[in-house]
Amino acid sequence: MKRKDKKSGARQLRHSRPDLREVSEILDFMEEHGLEEFEYENSNIRIRLRKRQSNAGIPFHPAHPVPEIVVSHPAASSAPAPDSANSAPGPIDENLHVIKSPIVGTFYSSATPGADAFVRPGDHVEAGRVLCIIEAMKLMNEIEADVAGEVMRVFVENGQPVEYGEPLFAIHPSRKQ
Amino acid sequence: MFRKILIANRGEIALRVLCACQELGIPTVAVYSEADRNSLHVRFADEAVCIGPPRSSESYLNIPHVISAAEITNVDAIHPGYGFLSENANFAEVCEASHITFIGPSPEVIRMMGEKDRARREMSAAGLPIIPGSPGVVPDEDTALKLAGEIGYPLLIKAAEGGGGRGMRVVHKKEELIPAFQTARNESQQAFGSANVYLEKLIEHPRHIEFQVIGDRHGKVMHLRERECSIQRRHQKIIEESPSPALDAKTRDEMGARVAKALSKIGYSSAGTVEFLRDEVSGKLYFIEVNARIQVEHPVTEMISGVDLVKAQIRLAAGEKLDAVVGKPHFHGHAIECRINAEDPDTFAPSAGRITAFRVPGGPGIRVDTAMYSEAVVPPYYDSLVAKIISFGDDRPEAIARMSRALDQFVIEGIKTSIPLHKKILEDPDFIAGKFDTHFLDRYEAVAAR
Repeated sequence: MKRKDKKSGARQLRHSRPDLREVSEILDFMEEHGLEEFEYENSNIRIRLRKRQSNAGIPFHPAHPVPEIVVSHPAASSAPAPDSANSAPGPIDENLHVIKSPIVGTFYSSATPGADAFVRPGDHVEAGRVLCIIEAMKLMNEIEADVAGEVMRVFVENGQPVEYGEPLFAIHPSRKQ
Repeated sequence: MFRKILIANRGEIALRVLCACQELGIPTVAVYSEADRNSLHVRFADEAVCIGPPRSSESYLNIPHVISAAEITNVDAIHPGYGFLSENANFAEVCEASHITFIGPSPEVIRMMGEKDRARREMSAAGLPIIPGSPGVVPDEDTALKLAGEIGYPLLIKAAEGGGGRGMRVVHKKEELIPAFQTARNESQQAFGSANVYLEKLIEHPRHIEFQVIGDRHGKVMHLRERECSIQRRHQKIIEESPSPALDAKTRDEMGARVAKALSKIGYSSAGTVEFLRDEVSGKLYFIEVNARIQVEHPVTEMISGVDLVKAQIRLAAGEKLDAVVGKPHFHGHAIECRINAEDPDTFAPSAGRITAFRVPGGPGIRVDTAMYSEAVVPPYYDSLVAKIISFGDDRPEAIARMSRALDQFVIEGIKTSIPLHKKILEDPDFIAGKFDTHFLDRYEAVAAR
């Protein structure tokens, strides 16, 4: 989902603001080294910059690729947080099955406020297990796992608005018994 | 004024609404299907929410997804554009129930205008002329003869329970009536399981003339003159203009006043279009239907009146009064619009794909409304409208000359477009003379069929 700061009045980004100088440096770094994608994560913030494909983008500024900026808090992960900028986590493992939101609404990680989350990273789930609730128009929709496996990552936060197709969970499918 | 507006549409009209919002300083939310991820209205909006896969029914027509997007972005108004949910009374009601202003007429009015029979009855009761016809189903031959005498010839016998030309007969003379009546009833029985037919006067050389209306939420409605939309193919308009070459000032003013009065009576608000058929023989206008939304061809009226219709819709929906928003427009000049579609100009087959070159014409008196750009992909899932060129001139010849010039200078490569067809039409002597009706394009269909 996109949110854009306008010159006329800064709109509050949902999460902590990135240091724009840092982002600008990263963009220069990407240009210099011909990088398509750059992902950076520390305990406060995760930034992913992806160069738009030149044959699909709008050539308004042909000299500068238009970056797609995704800013979010890091996934609630039990893996140790990287302690320096050099150990940015790699792109999503291709073996992971990503569960995406089938509707538009607000993501809730537990059945009721304050209750335990349905699942956490590291949990093993069977197909059909309720992973979260997405509220849309006052209706609570249960989102179920469509594969069995280990929950590796949760991409969204409790209370976060999600759009159609938004990645919610990454599951490492278990081998068939 | 609204805090934030969600644009529940795509393509050129989404961009058009976005323009109005930006000019009014109102932040915007774009919703889009996965096929429209790279579209301009998504790029230019302040926020954007993906609401579904490419199929319209699962995205742009998906009321829960649209409303949900409105809720999570916390908008207080939705502009529905045209098509999609713009005339869905249900959707308008859901907006209201969610405390979101629907920028358009009330759900009750939308519903009324959506039921075409009811709209005809209500508009007739409110003072608009409708096509002479039988009051209902014609039960027997004697009644048929009597009614036909009142309606006059030529007339149409039409099946009450279905369409597609079945159970339909044209009758030119009294002698033909009874045989035609019997055949039509038999055919209707076969096709629809009901022999019910009704009679309607046949307008043989009809012109499609429509009046633009605009009203506030305080009961005031005005008209912004007419548009001539007779250049159509299979009931799809491809060229529109204002003023109509067929209408004189007296007819325009009189019918315009009647239209404004009728719509005010039924509580119409926001923008709308009242469609008529004009009988070439008598010069009379007959009411057909009301389109309770902003229309594709609204720029034609904007050019000759100086009124920004979309900004007006937003301001009126926010409660402003008609006098303050529209005032007294100064009508002048002549405007023509060509709808450039992604299709083969001869066979009319759709032509989706990637646009490899896109150069929009400019110069005096030319406006282009488009959401396309170089390297954009025209998706196969939606309508084929690629761009609207609107020309404006002091008079009709100048508008035509500017349009011809603009069509020549519009570069679109990678897909086929209807530009060659539009050029042909603009050079046609009958078009130039203003002599045409809704059958005008038949002359090119005959060529395509060979």
